[in-house]
Amino acid sequence: MPSLKNISIAGENSLIVNFGDARTQIISQSIAAEVAATAAQLRTSLGAQLIDLVPSYASLLVIYDPFKTDHHAVRAAIRRALADPIDTDISQSGALVTLPVYYSTESGPDLKALADNAGLSIEAVINIHQQSEYSVYAIGFAPGFAYLGELDPRIAAPRLATPRQKVPRGAVAIADRQTAVYPAESPGGWNLIGLCPELMFDPSAEPSMPVQVGDRVRFNAIDRETYLGMGGLL
Amino acid sequence: MTTNSGFKVIKPGIFSLIEDAGRFGQHGIGLTTGGPLDREAFRWANRLCGDQQTAAAIEITVGGLVLESTVNTTIAVTGATIPLSINRQSRALWQSHQVKVGDRIELGFASSGSRGYLAVAGGFTINPIFNSAATVPREALGGLHRDGTALQAGDFIPCSQSHSAAQQRVPDSHRPDYSSNSAVLRVVLGYQQQAFSNTSKQLFFSSDYKVTESSDRMGFRLKGPGIKSTLDGILSEGICLGAIQVPADGQPIVLLNDRQTIGGYPKLGSVLSLDIGKLAQLLPGAVLRFEAISIEQAHNLLLLDQQRFADTVLEQVGLDE
Repeated sequence: MPSLKNISIAGENSLIVNFGDARTQIISQSIAAEVAATAAQLRTSLGAQLIDLVPSYASLLVIYDPFKTDHHAVRAAIRRALADPIDTDISQSGALVTLPVYYSTESGPDLKALADNAGLSIEAVINIHQQSEYSVYAIGFAPGFAYLGELDPRIAAPRLATPRQKVPRGAVAIADRQTAVYPAESPGGWNLIGLCPELMFDPSAEPSMPVQVGDRVRFNAIDRETYLGMGGLL
Repeated sequence: MTTNSGFKVIKPGIFSLIEDAGRFGQHGIGLTTGGPLDREAFRWANRLCGDQQTAAAIEITVGGLVLESTVNTTIAVTGATIPLSINRQSRALWQSHQVKVGDRIELGFASSGSRGYLAVAGGFTINPIFNSAATVPREALGGLHRDGTALQAGDFIPCSQSHSAAQQRVPDSHRPDYSSNSAVLRVVLGYQQQAFSNTSKQLFFSSDYKVTESSDRMGFRLKGPGIKSTLDGILSEGICLGAIQVPADGQPIVLLNDRQTIGGYPKLGSVLSLDIGKLAQLLPGAVLRFEAISIEQAHNLLLLDQQRFADTVLEQVGLDE
């Protein structure tokens, strides 16, 4: 069922489309698909009037050039995009990307504590993390940082009380019901469970990211040798 | 163009960054905009060096930059009041100057305002990354080395040679006044203002807020009467330039050029882009007031500002000045 949508002013050259009510904090794959489809349509229909788009969990920020158009015209373009029926069946939308992960206590310093707190074995945590197919809900925080959801509630875990100063590039992490791969070394407060040898952000590659909002992701366990063989660092 | 024409960085100063108009169309992969914090001073510096508005220039925070020229060209410095000298002779800001091979261009430290802009005819020749030369240290992206680093002693910033052009200056009436340690910022209210009580909004628009030390290119944290939202947090969503975000402690943060692209704090609205330069020139302790305007007023102000800039005739300067 299509979600309830609202178009509102965010700033002098920005409108925000809310898919559903931000207060209810509903994360759903069908909403993510609607956001991605609306973004794709607006990119075509607004053309040079568009400065940028920021898709997120249940919203789309539309930044336009106020010297080429105005908020009434952009609102109308958004309404037209929203009126077009889209296929929100997730099996039809977005590419499926598989990311290899070396799960271990060596590569994932929080894996044991997370398993203990969840009352599960380390193997069970790894299996549950691999069993789900995740949607890319948003990209932000840092270049190439993709927010993936939703995580199985059995392995959900709050952020660390004290964030780490240094999380390594490729760290596969969990926070609440989300999971992600750190695209570069950075500070971070998520629970680390493994390492992915693939570059999540490479400014010299085209495209610079293996995933985009609306894509689906699966994780696939690899062993230490395979990880190192793929260029992974420990 | 020869590769040995440009400027040697003798001293980088406190914090000097290559910036062009900014990086656009890349929010989808999490890249922020970057670009000059004081867009007005930036575009005047470029205008003085030719009919260019978005060419790569240097944003100088506080001062201390010393360059040596290996090129004959035209430069101009605008923005904060930072003493400028060429070969130890004092030169005017907001005015174009000829420089020759071997000239030493020296900037002192700001007596009012905090960010200056040094532009050169034709712009600095920077290899862009994601279509922009803008330096974003937080993202390790852009600038001279394309990796987000600020200018360092020993760097060489290339540019083309340019035939000597008439010296010109920006009319006094068009130069912003940075001497006041306060500003009134105009705000377009956003839809999440509904999440703030009328009392909170009245308090926000009738109180003084101070700029704190925790202020940088990402955002300015303010201190003043706390305002409360009825929302604890929202699903992370896109953040536009100038957004006034209010975390749980009630102290507003104005998000600037290097802001994170998405975030989950409620927002009151967004500061008008024309006022962001005013804010970025202020030092910790400066006093701010906010004034609500409608989207129609905001668009009128933007169009009028663009027209005024286009219609302004630069003043010609005699050779002995």
